[in-house]
Amino acid sequence: MVKSKSAYSDPGKKGKLDTHIIVVWVDNEAGVLARVVGLFSGRGYNIESLAVAEVDPKRGISRITIVTTGTPQVIEQIKLQLGKLVPVHKVADFMRGDKKIIFKEMALLKLVGNTSKRNKALKVCKKFNPVVLDKTQKSVVLQITALRREIDTVMGDLKKFGLVSVSRTGAVAMTRGSEIFK
Amino acid sequence: MSKLYTGAEIVFKCMEDQKVEFIFGYPGGAVLPIYDELKNHDNIKHILARHEQGAGHAAEGYARSCGKPGVVLVTSGPGATNVVTALTDAYMDSIPLVCISGQVPTHLIGTDAFQECDTTGITRPCTKHNWLVKDVKDLAKTIHKAFEVATTGRPGPVLVDIPKDIQFQKAKYTNFKKQKKLNGKSNNRFSQKDINKLIEMMSKAKQPIFYTGGGVINSGPKASEQLRELVSITGFPITSTLQGLGSFPGDDNQFLGMLGMHGTYEANNAMHDCDLMINIGARFDDRITGKIDEFSPKSKKVHIDIDPSSINKNVKADLPIVGDVSEVISLLIKTIKKHKPNFLKSNKENISKWWEQIGKWRSVNSLNFINSDKTIKPQFAIQRLYELTKNKDTFITTEVGQHQMWAAQHYKFDKPNRWMTSGGLGTMGYGLPAAVGVQIAHPDKLVVDIAGEASVLMTMQEMSTAVQYNLPIKIFILNNEYMGMVRQWQELLHEKNYSESYTAALPDFVKLAEAYGCVGIRAKTPDELDQKIQEMIDVKKPVIFDCLVDKEENCFPMIPSGKPHNQMLLGPNDQKENKITGKGKTLV
Repeated sequence: MVKSKSAYSDPGKKGKLDTHIIVVWVDNEAGVLARVVGLFSGRGYNIESLAVAEVDPKRGISRITIVTTGTPQVIEQIKLQLGKLVPVHKVADFMRGDKKIIFKEMALLKLVGNTSKRNKALKVCKKFNPVVLDKTQKSVVLQITALRREIDTVMGDLKKFGLVSVSRTGAVAMTRGSEIFK
Repeated sequence: MSKLYTGAEIVFKCMEDQKVEFIFGYPGGAVLPIYDELKNHDNIKHILARHEQGAGHAAEGYARSCGKPGVVLVTSGPGATNVVTALTDAYMDSIPLVCISGQVPTHLIGTDAFQECDTTGITRPCTKHNWLVKDVKDLAKTIHKAFEVATTGRPGPVLVDIPKDIQFQKAKYTNFKKQKKLNGKSNNRFSQKDINKLIEMMSKAKQPIFYTGGGVINSGPKASEQLRELVSITGFPITSTLQGLGSFPGDDNQFLGMLGMHGTYEANNAMHDCDLMINIGARFDDRITGKIDEFSPKSKKVHIDIDPSSINKNVKADLPIVGDVSEVISLLIKTIKKHKPNFLKSNKENISKWWEQIGKWRSVNSLNFINSDKTIKPQFAIQRLYELTKNKDTFITTEVGQHQMWAAQHYKFDKPNRWMTSGGLGTMGYGLPAAVGVQIAHPDKLVVDIAGEASVLMTMQEMSTAVQYNLPIKIFILNNEYMGMVRQWQELLHEKNYSESYTAALPDFVKLAEAYGCVGIRAKTPDELDQKIQEMIDVKKPVIFDCLVDKEENCFPMIPSGKPHNQMLLGPNDQKENKITGKGKTLV
């Protein structure tokens, strides 16, 4: 047995990691994002992506969507710890891959190259609702919306077609059908 | 038109409405308007500490000993950063504190102004919530909300940062009406069904145990009374965490003593072998559980806690009950009495074997130590202190280290709110200022800080506070010239490499006491101990008691790191008999 020299116990067995999407409704007040993000960093939780904006200007409510990974126990803790924050109204959480939920990320892609390259690029993006936001003789800026890994793939595919710059958002989520997040 | 009040006046209006009697603080540039207003409020007394950390711990001691929130007032910059340790300490041990800090005027925020720091940023992770007040109209609402957050649900510290210009500006003040039922964000979410389930589990259990913690104390004195009734009508054994001591009488036969790293043999073995563990207001801290994978492997675990995030955090609960301890126990007792009036009788046989086993563990007498007639053994010193003060309704605070564990093991408490110790954060230097706060709340009671010489030097300056306010606190130093717990770990785990744990230059504590204007007493031998302790008790002034103890005594029993509860190291008696000194080392 390895001799422990720590005053603390050894780490136990690690559980399986799941990816979850946590949606948090908060009062849009100074420092609220720092509270939420600080809770994650302070307790050693992981943030894969983050999206936040005010969704109800009248009541001053912002909606924060966080993609995170953790064991079921950690995910449960994240929800409960978030629920304890004073400006937090409600917390919802979903497994990535939950069929009832739509997840989307947006990316802006800048491509520099000749017309043929640009057209090929557009073809690559076809599945992901490409919108041309800006066009010059030499360049194009495309907007696509897709899942994280789809955008990853597209980025790889576009390298040879003159991809020079990428800007991406975090994931946002919405339930399918008439239901809303509880 | 209603009258306009300055921000500083509003601060005091709020304090008065919240029935605040004492503020622990330290003035400075950014809080001067509030300090200026102090003279107009005779019903609020300010206690001037010598360091903001001392003010914070004093407020903690006050809060823990009387159940009301402690109020701290500090200036911006260093005032705020100095109080961070006390806020974190209060956060870890769930103590209600309301800290008001001054801030540079709003137009200077963000300019690196003199004594500016990002107070709300720094204190965000160590408070339940904090606020920077940017509009004087929000001030009253914010302060009242601060008191609500601090005192409801699982209590804790909060901070309100008030820029200096806001303290001068004027606004209306509408009188505050305290709502009848405030429950913050944590509600009582349990139902009769949960209670019935628990009773069913209890009546089936053959090896049950109550494991109680600070939540019982925080739930109020009534909870402790109810706990005693519950334990007596069930006949179950009970053990307590460090923070829960006092919620159940320490000399009762059903009490197995403290559990955990330095808990008793019977408590830890009972936790390991039980088949039903009923956790009431404790949080499965790592100093309690030891190796988590092997923690109480055979038991069903019931967890009663007001904080839902405490449940399943470290240990999976089979039956979680989210609610205030007092309300849960009262419904539990009511239900038992109604549906199982003969619970104790029918249960006695069920658990008689269990008590037999506990008796065997008890006979090991794990708190035993080899006494000496030449040097004072620290355990003996605490036993004598206990014997000489037990009839006095004594309040005990401690610093952190070996002396703290010995105090927990050998001082028997029979009432809640009599034991103030830094358990979660483990703050050396906590005990002396905490004793100041306790004595403020209970001016006529005996207040003793059981201290180590290293810890107490960290906040020694607060002796000056005690002298200023005629607070006859007793600082009972177990002086072994070492940071004892560090030395113990080095002996057991680091091949006796006593790296920096010996204090080569210590002050003469008797002369130091005299320099502060209090009384110094020194005890060197076991013979003179009783008489010296009596002398300390009889003096109506603050005392520093320098008790010279065995320098190399270790604190046993002990669960070495990475070990489950049933693999404890016992004291030197046991080691000699079993000749496991060599083996004992590899056990650690």
